[in-house]
Amino acid sequence: MSLETPLRKAQGLGSSHSGVNHFWRQRVSAVILIPLTLWFAVSALGLVGAHEASVLYFLSHPLNAVLLGTFILTALYHMALGLQEVILDYVPHEGAKLLLMILNHGFAFAVAAACVFALLRIAVGT
Amino acid sequence: MADQPHKVASRPLSPFLTVYRWPITMATSIVHRMTGVGLAGGILLLAWWLIAVASGPETYNDFCNIVATPLGQLVMFGFVWSLAYHTVNGMRHLAWDFGYGFAVPTANRTGILVFLLSGLLAMAFFILAYTGKGGYYQ
Repeated sequence: MSLETPLRKAQGLGSSHSGVNHFWRQRVSAVILIPLTLWFAVSALGLVGAHEASVLYFLSHPLNAVLLGTFILTALYHMALGLQEVILDYVPHEGAKLLLMILNHGFAFAVAAACVFALLRIAVGT
Repeated sequence: MADQPHKVASRPLSPFLTVYRWPITMATSIVHRMTGVGLAGGILLLAWWLIAVASGPETYNDFCNIVATPLGQLVMFGFVWSLAYHTVNGMRHLAWDFGYGFAVPTANRTGILVFLLSGLLAMAFFILAYTGKGGYYQ
């Protein structure tokens, strides 16, 4: 038995007002991250103790640069979703909650921008 | 009861962290969240490395020298283990999302497996790195 009105049931958004949106995005990014993490671990081990020239050579390959970019951006997306869940679970104060949510997404976007800039700089070679 | 207000201590306790025997599944769940938050710092290390590479040999060498210190290596081990744990336990969570492995004995067994496997993977990474098996992209 459900206490939901027929309209609420049809909308299917529940008490979160966004349905399974957050849950689904978290899982999709998680699945994408599994092969990317494997690739990252193998690559990181291959670059242990490498000189700067070796790292630049590795990242000069378009596939490596694009895979690293995809790994970082997907991980940041997954991170923002996960940290949002942690904030909503542990921070009851509305103001602090809002501030942390803004900082969480600001952090993700700032790290993303810095990493994309670094990858472009390496690709262009300046 | 109303005239005995000091007898509240005999009430049953809510099963909170400090008054609860930690089942394996609870430990894996808490550690999953802890490693997730920790990996937010881990991605900063990765960003730092990438920016150092893009900034030139001196900046990159500074990064390598800091990572090579004992504290740097400890942080790196924490990063590698957290990534291994969060990935392996994440796959356990995905299996649960498809409805597999929910029976308590199964969840306990896979929980122990996750701890063992993530520890082995992190140690394997460092053993390979320290015995010169890494660095094949030189």
